[in-house]
Amino acid sequence: MSLALRIRQLSKTYSNGLSALKGIDLDVEQGDFFALLGPNGAGKSTTIGVVCSLVRKSGGTVEVFGTDIDLDFPGAKRHIGVVPQEFNFNNFEKVGDILATQAGYYGLPRALARERTEKYLHRLELWGKRDHAARTLSGGMKRRLMIARALVHEPRLLILDEPTAGVDIELRRSMWSFLQELNAAGTTIILTTHYLEEAERLCRNIAIIDDGRIIENTGVKQLLRQMQVETFVLDLGADVASDFALEGYATRVTDPRTLEVAVQKGQSLNGLFELLTERGLPVTSMRNKANRLEELFVGLLQHGKGGAAA
Amino acid sequence: MNGQEILTAFLTILIKEVRRFTRIWAQTLLPPAITMVLYFVIFGRLIGSRIGPMGGFDYIQFVVPGLIMMAVINNSYANVVSSFFGAKFQHHIEELLVSPTPNWVILLGFTAGGVARGLCVGLIVTVLSLFFTRLHVQDIGLTVLVVLLTSVLFSLAGFINAVFADNFDDISIIPTFVLTPLTYLGGVFYSMDLLSPFWRALAHLNPILYMVNAFRYGLLGVSDIRVDFALAMIVLFIVVAWFYSLYLLESGKRLRQ
Repeated sequence: MSLALRIRQLSKTYSNGLSALKGIDLDVEQGDFFALLGPNGAGKSTTIGVVCSLVRKSGGTVEVFGTDIDLDFPGAKRHIGVVPQEFNFNNFEKVGDILATQAGYYGLPRALARERTEKYLHRLELWGKRDHAARTLSGGMKRRLMIARALVHEPRLLILDEPTAGVDIELRRSMWSFLQELNAAGTTIILTTHYLEEAERLCRNIAIIDDGRIIENTGVKQLLRQMQVETFVLDLGADVASDFALEGYATRVTDPRTLEVAVQKGQSLNGLFELLTERGLPVTSMRNKANRLEELFVGLLQHGKGGAAA
Repeated sequence: MNGQEILTAFLTILIKEVRRFTRIWAQTLLPPAITMVLYFVIFGRLIGSRIGPMGGFDYIQFVVPGLIMMAVINNSYANVVSSFFGAKFQHHIEELLVSPTPNWVILLGFTAGGVARGLCVGLIVTVLSLFFTRLHVQDIGLTVLVVLLTSVLFSLAGFINAVFADNFDDISIIPTFVLTPLTYLGGVFYSMDLLSPFWRALAHLNPILYMVNAFRYGLLGVSDIRVDFALAMIVLFIVVAWFYSLYLLESGKRLRQ
């Protein structure tokens, strides 16, 4: 499989001496839906900044669809659409003009720029706002405008830096389904996010970056298989005592009808339910205590590779 | 990018710039018109009538070329410095920086935007001056060339200021403390003949002197300095400002982290 993005030994030291990237290697395959995760200040935005030319790298190489940014950055940039974390459009410009102007920067003829503007404003449900100044849009509309603008030149690689931050649930879900459609149509997508559920739901592959280093780079499914313990919250149909225990399972009673149970890798849920049934305790509902990826993520950050058992 | 794409990118920047200064015409086109009418009334009519001829012309005829040039200089500079700094401040310059548009096209586009406003204001002021005096044109080709080159130079100067500016104070310091004094001391209101030899020699370090005099020669046929030398100096300043601006863009100083 050829690569959409190939990063080798990428490093970045800012003028204040802060070493944001310490020689990272990263491969993103064409057509992938890839998540770049990490805590604040880990180096996610710096990595994205280098790829789209807003940050000058200190060392290493970056190739976008085989084009080395040191040899032909304009050629590489043609393939990239970027949705930054912060709103960065001219608030006084009209929504339609923002898209048409961006298309012009990529050399699209005016007729095609108009056509694409219409297409993406429709797809992001902003067509009705085309003659409105960007400052009059709601927060969610501004997010969608940023995505429409990034797509107007139809890039092969779309990079989104926390696209759903501060977005309500309904809009987040509609953005997810839009991004999935886009990916299904062949666009490679790289996503940074703090919502682990988002990464688990959308992405096939994942890299976790911490303190300027990649500490995990694998498939989401493979990563989830590393889980040694998964914690479930059970709502019970009858009260239990505060010192309630189940043989073979670590439990915690949070209130008389709510039980947290840690299930080790290899233990089955059937066994757990059998034990509860024997004790005459019906389970009315059940959920993960935290997002599964979140448990792994926290474990990885806290303990390094060896702490993957969340 | 191929030639057609580059042309599209350039025109996109230019159209955006023209759209910007025409959208806010009350801030960009109206004030210089009002200011220059006041200059024409006060320095031309009221005070000028008591000064008598200068350089062989009525005082108002003498100052009109300088005032037109002053308007062109100020507005070319102001357009680029405010537009580019505004884009930097609001971060929408990133729209351009992440695109494949070559740096020289970005620079050319913003410069052309500054020239467009400079020429627009220059034309408005020229038309207004006709209400106060008869404008003699000695050499139309030279006049247009000088206005164009001057506008290019000060658009580039505005660009450099915008790159280095960190806040809105920084984009007003240069026009207030450098541009305005140089303009007033650049022979807009008087002939170099009025200065003592020392101050006349010192005045030759002022780039605006060459522009005002070359322009005045194009209109009136009189100049304090040789026109070919003045043109050569303007071109030299442009070449230096162009390559320095391009260097700033290429190196990403204050634009990319």
